[in-house]
Amino acid sequence: MTADTAAAHRAVEAVWRLESARIIAGLTGLVRDIGLAEELAQDALVVALEQWPTAGIPPNPGGWLMLTARHRAIDRIRRNERLGGKLGQIGRELAQAAEAAEFDAVLDTEAIDDDLLRLMFISCHPVLSADARIALTLRLLGGLSTEEIARGFLMPEPTIAKRIVRAKHTLADRNVPFEVPPPADRPARLASVLEVLYLVFNEGFSAMAGDDWMRPALCTEAVRLGRVLAELMPSEPEVCGLVALMELHASRFSARLGPAGEPVPLLEQNRGRWDQLLIRRGFTALLRAEQAGAPGPYVVQAAIAACHARAHTAAETDWPQIAALYQVLAALTPSPVVELNRAVAVAMASGPAAGLEIVDILAAEPALATYHYLPSVRGDLLARLGRHDEAAAEFRRAAALTRNAPERVILERRAADCAQSR
Amino acid sequence: MRFLMTVNGGGTPPDEQLFAEMGRFVEELTRSGVLLATGGLDSGTHLVSSGGSIALTDGPFAESKEVIVSFALVEVRSKDEALELARRFWTIVGDGEGDVRQVFGPE
Repeated sequence: MTADTAAAHRAVEAVWRLESARIIAGLTGLVRDIGLAEELAQDALVVALEQWPTAGIPPNPGGWLMLTARHRAIDRIRRNERLGGKLGQIGRELAQAAEAAEFDAVLDTEAIDDDLLRLMFISCHPVLSADARIALTLRLLGGLSTEEIARGFLMPEPTIAKRIVRAKHTLADRNVPFEVPPPADRPARLASVLEVLYLVFNEGFSAMAGDDWMRPALCTEAVRLGRVLAELMPSEPEVCGLVALMELHASRFSARLGPAGEPVPLLEQNRGRWDQLLIRRGFTALLRAEQAGAPGPYVVQAAIAACHARAHTAAETDWPQIAALYQVLAALTPSPVVELNRAVAVAMASGPAAGLEIVDILAAEPALATYHYLPSVRGDLLARLGRHDEAAAEFRRAAALTRNAPERVILERRAADCAQSR
Repeated sequence: MRFLMTVNGGGTPPDEQLFAEMGRFVEELTRSGVLLATGGLDSGTHLVSSGGSIALTDGPFAESKEVIVSFALVEVRSKDEALELARRFWTIVGDGEGDVRQVFGPE
């Protein structure tokens, strides 16, 4: 391969990454089968790889790929029709439409936007497991290769490949319609989409120093897909809420680990390393979410993240506001973990004794029995109350429960410090 | 990966049609979730710091081709994607000059 051909291939690859979701979405709108749509889009990519290096990149590469894939779809459907396949009816309609279709009509942005939204909903359909939804979404909407998804999730590539194939089969076998769900189903279906994006984001956010670069890239991809979804559904508060939450969390990405790769707690982070651009984008998205309607859990969590982002120093944090927001969150999604976070905020707002009261109620909670954050918080509150013996015991318990090695070191050090302060 | 796409002065003066096409392009970048910020710049003030003194000169300057007049900050997955976006941009704009450069930090 000459240098020119290699450059052309890279350019084709870049176009594919930017356009594949819309192409696959538009094609699925035609053929009603995401597996076939992806195959046709791939065929068009192969043609591009053959032609563009010599003919040059067309002025509208996305449109070119879409048209090429569409012609292939029509060919395929006609062949299928001759063979008496089930694509026959679609084929007849399409053949008529195709003769009349102008270039612009094929690339009707609004129609493709609708298809893109349908593609998001079908990739995140609840008939699929969360793992399958994640893999399929990153593949179809993110344009990521199976190999990249595998690297991102520290999984063997064949596992991811199998997951994607199986997910496509499930959708086809169950005749899952390619549609934006009707209003009655929409909240649950949307929750399923948002869950996928947030899981991908958190996977990327948990990346450790020295991990493959594909892991942190998952964060960027999740935020990007969130932004796309927010443009498609601007009036859904929870969509903007999740985008706000991800933008605000992403703003702390480079401050979240210390030089030795150890996690740095929020209040000890160097706020100078918080990305102010993402913080501003987070504020904007949060404002849009709050204007769109009644806040859901993502909006409230974003509002909490915004309280931290607004504080120039940890000491300036508006803890009463955060404690109040956790109360709202606990009412929306009751959970011991939310309650534990509320305890921390209450302790910061009204003193360690008030926080400890809430934590002590949670101590009996079976769901938190192996959650290292509970003894870690309790230890911290006890230490601040001067009850060092009890605090040391809690820190030791937390150290034994955490699976994060750098964090264990920190907890053991705190246990030792408490033992000395007696 | 973040890239700053900049446009130097002295290119084709924009007309109404170009504004409309640019509007559509910016909209497209926003919809695809890659555009972080964009804006235009005035001719500005030039600063020279030398031996502890700072000299200010107000624009406009003679060589507008060397001055950045607008920018777009995009977040994409590779330099090739940034170059592809820049290629589309210049297909719309026509004649002119600019740069695509990776932005580092705060990470």
